[in-house]
Parts: sequence; structure tokens; C-alpha cells
Amino acid sequence: MSDYQPVLLARLGKKSSCALETYVADGGYASWKKVLAGAKSGEWTPAKVTDLVKASGLRGRGGAGFPTGMKWTFVPPKEKRGDKPVYLLCNADESEPGTFKDRLLIETDPHQILEGMMLASFALEVKHAYVYIRGEMVHGAEILNAAVAEAYAAGLLGRDLLGSGVDLDVTIHRGAGAYICGEETALIESIEGKRGHPRIKPPFPAVSGAWNAPTVVNNVETLCCVKHILDRGPDWFKAIGRNDRNTGPKLYCVSGHVEKPGVYEAPMGILFKDLLAMCGGVKGGRKLKAVIPGGASAPMLTADEILEVPMDFDGVAAAKSMLGSAAVVVMDETTDMPKAVTNISKFFAHESCGQCTPCREGTPWLNKMLKRIVNGEGRQADVDLLLQVAGQMGNGMTICVFADAAIAPVLSAVPKFRAEFEAYVARSKKPGFDEPAPSDITPKVAERMAEGMHS
Amino acid sequence: MSGGAGTPVAELAGNPRTGEHGALSCGHPVAFSPAALERFEALLTRYPTKQAALLPTLWIAQEEFGWISREAVDYVASLLDLAPAFVWGVVTFYTMYNRAPVGKHLIQVCTSISCHLAGAEKVYHECRRKLGDLKPGETSLDGKYTVIEVECLAQCDKAPAVMVNGDDYERITLENLDSFLEKLK
Ligand SMILES: Cc1cc2nc3c(=O)[nH]c(=O)nc-3n(C[C@H](O)[C@H](O)[C@H](O)COP(=O)(O)O)c2cc1C
Ligand code: SF4
Ligand code: FES
Repeated sequence: MSDYQPVLLARLGKKSSCALETYVADGGYASWKKVLAGAKSGEWTPAKVTDLVKASGLRGRGGAGFPTGMKWTFVPPKEKRGDKPVYLLCNADESEPGTFKDRLLIETDPHQILEGMMLASFALEVKHAYVYIRGEMVHGAEILNAAVAEAYAAGLLGRDLLGSGVDLDVTIHRGAGAYICGEETALIESIEGKRGHPRIKPPFPAVSGAWNAPTVVNNVETLCCVKHILDRGPDWFKAIGRNDRNTGPKLYCVSGHVEKPGVYEAPMGILFKDLLAMCGGVKGGRKLKAVIPGGASAPMLTADEILEVPMDFDGVAAAKSMLGSAAVVVMDETTDMPKAVTNISKFFAHESCGQCTPCREGTPWLNKMLKRIVNGEGRQADVDLLLQVAGQMGNGMTICVFADAAIAPVLSAVPKFRAEFEAYVARSKKPGFDEPAPSDITPKVAERMAEGMHS
Repeated sequence: MSGGAGTPVAELAGNPRTGEHGALSCGHPVAFSPAALERFEALLTRYPTKQAALLPTLWIAQEEFGWISREAVDYVASLLDLAPAFVWGVVTFYTMYNRAPVGKHLIQVCTSISCHLAGAEKVYHECRRKLGDLKPGETSLDGKYTVIEVECLAQCDKAPAVMVNGDDYERITLENLDSFLEKLK
């Protein structure tokens, strides 16, 4: 592990790392210039770039781990899409609690992201690409805007780039505070100037996305990987991962109870225990209790469950959780699990977009029950009621997978740390606490929940 | 719900100054400065539809006017040929558009999971207490401070994370809260 040379963070800590000049001095934009130079002669074609990305095995770093090259091939060919433009949207909404890798890339190496976007735009025949950056990253948006201006001035963006006949514009678009806008169809609605309500799929964005045109949404880190694949080839990229399905360099966001929280780059599939060692171990030498391996949406794992897990898409999935955004939240033995779950339930209750009844009603309800448990007003039946309510919210009942994300912490932590929840209830000050839980579900709500998303 | 800067609006729902679409009035018509208008015109060239410029235009409005009033909603709507009620619907969906005036320092304390593990709730409560027992989203009498609770700021390695207006502050604890607040003055 120690001989691993960072790829995505290679320029971290360098002086003026955001400037075009230093980026170019470090070999930046070589791939973009190479592709542009070979565009007219046909030496470089969109299909060739896509094929390289496909061959690399790159899977999306935004959360779902969808194969990037394959996603690109879902865009209808010119014959089918007619005059419609194709849009590339770089997803820089990064709002999943525990995630802070894209911010680091944006704030320290913006040209790396832009070059990835340029190459992806070439592959997809995109003429205008956008970065959707979360509203809170005020400084990040300024850095990206400065980088875009530099790229235009250097003739790397604009019309007929370096005489290639290729045109490309990039616009930085700021969100305004809404976690759900990270979901790709909500992001599309938002960039169109609307409330960020996820769309029912199909149609998938690749066929009909932003402004009804074929659209590809890719995460910041995914696009950075594209640049390196074009620099060094798919075989090099593949050789970094654990196996053919989990390839390339990976950024891990480690926070919570570790000695040195931060973004760590490692080969995809590093064992959790090795990652933990990189971060200096559990804070104060305390014992590990639980870990959220992939952001607030990912099921929690106990110390025993995670220590030997390879931190990649298939490795974490095999442990019945998900790599998600690789936001690794470490919790030591002092952690009050019911309080941690209550905290996460607050997030989801706050961020539901409100379109689907199970999600809109269920998320605040879970939060309400959890709050009364940790406030010492829970009832014995509440623990099961939590599981019951959460059990009715997921599995395709809703327009987007936010609802599945919202129940994951409850459905994983309650059974795994049940004794802690029951201990709260047993200490409950509420008179009649051992009676059956009053039905929070009025008949009307129950009916609406059963109707699911169609209500 | 963790309020957001708009919390007072709900409390003022019955206020006679609220417009038909629910926004608070600032009491006078508003318009962009020439520099802001120039930025607005430039925005329009970046999108295939006028409506797509709504979020960035609201950002300009917030920079120009400090918050999004009924008059600002109507003005932005007219600039983009949209219905004011639609614009207001968008404003209320996003947490960062202020629906009431906020203090000179909008202190946004993250209380999501990583910051929670570092004791963020205590920091949030203590911060409000120190600034005059401010309620969530309430602005201090001198107009200097508004304190709100926000979700993950993507600075979880620097927990508890706080943002003041657009600036990031890291590891704000009960121990260094005083010196943090001192710096804001
Ligand atoms: C509720 C929700 C929030 C999401 N937030 C983000 C986000 O902040 N950033 C991101 O890149 N992807 C996010 N995603 C995933 C996107 O929908 C999409 O899959 C991703 O941007 C695709 O990029 P990739 O293929 O490069 O991973 C989110 C998904 C959901 C359901
Ligand atoms: S599942 Fe929740 S967040 Fe997703 S569309 Fe439905 S209500 Fe909105
Ligand atoms: S949890 Fe507070 S910044 Fe992410």
C-alpha cells in the first residue's frame, strides 16, 4: 500500500495548484490537446474515447457505481437524436453527509475536473457542459469560474478549439441548498430553473434529460478518472483496482472518530482495516464500534462486519452495505447509536422533496419516533414500530431511491444495536410506556402510504 | 425541520405585509444595479432557456438586496417571464435563499452525522445562547447575527464545521467558540 502513488490527489499541496500554468507544467491538458489534434484526421473519434473508458472498467464515483463507458453508450446516436444537442452535467452537488472528496478536487485541482469534462464532452459530442455545484461551496464556485476563464483564454474552451473544428462551452451553475438535487433527475430539474423534484424514470436522462435532450450526469471524481484514463491508458487504470469490476484509484472520505480525518486516496478495494490504519486508527486508541461505509444513506456495519471488507463496490455490497460516495464515518465505543440514528433521520426528514407519500410522511415520522426514544419518552413497542414503518417506505414505492437511503440507517442499526434502543425505552419516563404504541398512523395516512407514490 | 433562514416567515404567516405568493414585503420596489443587470444579461447567454437562469438570477438578487422579498420575487419573475408564484415556489424549495432579512453574519452550524459525533449540537445551542438566547433563525437585535442549523457542509473532516455567510470555519468547539465569535465582530 505504501508504494501507491496518488493519481487524483497527485497535485495536492503544490503551490498554485489551481492555476492553469502549473497544471500545464505538470503535464495537464496533454490528453485534451492530443484528442483535439487528432479530431480532424479521424485519429481521435468520440467512439475511441468511449471505448477507452469502457475498457478501463471505470464505475461512477457518485454513489451508484454505474459503469461510465456503458452509460455514455446509452446516448442515442446522431441519426436517432436528430438536431438535439447532448448535455454533460458534472455533478458537484456533494451533500451526502460524510462526503467531502469533490470539494477537495474542486478547491485544489479544478483543471483536472475541466479536462475530464472536455474529454467526456468530446466522447459524447457535447457542445455545452455544466458543473452543478452545491450552493454552499461559494469558494469552490469562484475557483471553478476562474479556471473556466483561464481555459477560454488559453483556447481550450470556445469555438474551433486549436483548429480542430470542435466547439465546447462550460458553465458553472450554483445550486442553492437542497440535498436531493444531487439525484441526477432532480439536478436536471434544478438546472432547468425548477424545484428539485426527481423525475419518474424512464425516460432515462441519456435519452431525455436536461431540456428534453440526451444528458449524461457524471460525478466530479468520475470525470477526473476519465482524464487519467486518457493520459495513461485503460490497462494502467485497471491494474490499480482489486479486480476487473472494481478498478482505478479511489478517494475515501474518512470522518468521525479517527485520529486523522481527511480524504485518502488508495487503490479501489483497499481493506477497511488498512484504510483505518492510514487514518491513524480509532481516536484515542478506543475500540471501533460501527462504521457507515458510504455516506448517511449506506447501511451501518459493526466493527466485526467491516474490518476485513475490501472498500470497493462489490466488496461493501457483499457485506450488505454500499460503497456509495465512499464517505466512511467511523464511530467508536463511546458512540450512542440511537442518538446517531436519530441524527441521521433528522437529515432525511429535512431533505425529502415531498413528492411521494411514503417518503414525505415516513421520514419525519421515523425522526419523531427516534426523538421520543432518545428523549426518554419512548414506548416499548416503538422499537418494532420503527422497523415496521421503515419497512413500508422502500423497495420501489417511491420515485427515487432517497426513501431507500432514508431507511437504511434504521433498518441496519436498530437490529444490530437493538439493546441500546431498548435500554432507552426501559428507562423511559413516560407513564404507560409499556403499553402498545399509540397508532401514529391515522387511517388516512395509512391509506395514503399504501397508495405509495401515486397519491 | 432545521428551519433555514426562512424560519421566521412561517411565524409571520399571518403578517399583513405578506404578498399573495407568501413572500414578505420589503416595502419598496426593487431593481438591479447596472452591474447586476450586466451579469444577468450574460447569464442568459449560457442556457438554452430563459427559465434556466432562475437560480443564478436569484443569487444575484440575494447579493443585491440581501434577501428575497415579495418585490424581489416579482422583479425576478418579470425579468425571466415567469409567474411570481412559480418563482416563489422555487425560492422556498431551496434553503439558501433568505426569505427574511438576516444578520450581517449568517452563522450556519452543521449538525449532520460527522459533526454530531464531534458535539455540534452543543456548539449550535451555545452559540445561540451567547448571542442573546437567539431562537433558530432569529436575528440579534443589533442586526449582526443570525444562527441557523444546516446539514452537511462537506467539511466533515473538520468537524464541527461552521459556515459564516460564504466562508468556511473548521473545528468550532465549546472551547474555541468565544474566540470564533470575537473574530466575527
Ligand atoms: C438522494 C441522492 C443524492 C445524490 N447525491 C449525489 C451527489 O451529491 N453527487 C453525485 O455525484 N451523485 C449523487 N447521487 C447520484 C446521482 O444520482 C448519479 O447517479 C451520479 O451523479 C452519476 O454519476 P456517476 O455515474 O459518475 O457516479 C445522488 C443520488 C441520490 C439518489
Ligand atoms: S423518494 Fe422522497 S426524495 Fe425521492 S422523489 Fe419521492 S419524496 Fe422526493
Ligand atoms: S457532517 Fe458536518 S460537514 Fe459533513
